[in-house]
Amino acid sequence: MFTTNTEEIPGKTITRCFGVVSGSTVRAKHAGRDLMASLKNIFGGELKGYTELLCESRDEAIERMKSQAKQMGANAIVNVRFSTSSVAAGAAEIYVYGTAVAAE
Amino acid sequence: MGDLIVFLVLISLGYGFGKWNEASHYKSIDRREKRLVYLPTTNSRKPLGENGTVQRAYLVSGSVVISVDYFKRILAGLRNLFGGSVRSYETLVDRARREAILRMKESCPKAKQIINLRVETSSIYKGRKNQIGSVEVLAYGTAIEYERG
Repeated sequence: MFTTNTEEIPGKTITRCFGVVSGSTVRAKHAGRDLMASLKNIFGGELKGYTELLCESRDEAIERMKSQAKQMGANAIVNVRFSTSSVAAGAAEIYVYGTAVAAE
Repeated sequence: MGDLIVFLVLISLGYGFGKWNEASHYKSIDRREKRLVYLPTTNSRKPLGENGTVQRAYLVSGSVVISVDYFKRILAGLRNLFGGSVRSYETLVDRARREAILRMKESCPKAKQIINLRVETSSIYKGRKNQIGSVEVLAYGTAIEYERG
């Protein structure tokens, strides 16, 4: 499965379009990470726990999008976009969407 | 009185650690940016320059969450009274963006170019009174590998 965030896949031609596919995850931080984060809010610096959390949820959202595309019979996803938002205090949502296509 | 002491302790801790943290982070950013200068990153839709046939194109991304320290947050709060540019938050987002782009570049050592770079910024953690506590930056793009020849 190829994924790109350009309209075309460089070096390949798109033969068929299947439509938009998307995946999303909402993750909450656990108490331990929240405690470290409030400490970091005094000292400043990277919140490693949150970075990890975001990476994990991003990967999962991409996986969900890919499995949706696979069901449609696509072998590539182009024009992928990410968007993040905080749904509630302490929870972050990652939404990823793109166009499923067949490419050769 | 007790509150004041806590406040002063927090401010000095924030000032000391925050300053040290920022300096060492900037040092590491500069060093890594120099090392990765061979990998051009553009936000154009097509690969720039004639480099041969494309072998592989794939999505790469990097993200980081950085928090501002207590001292700077108070400083920014004061800025809200007088207006003007908030320098303390400028360095925060600058660090976060450069770090995210660097992580994205580090995730694909074989690539020769990264095209269509997008940078997404949001604050996921809101502290008390809705002050921005930290920013999250996600950088993503398409990495290109060329056939050897």
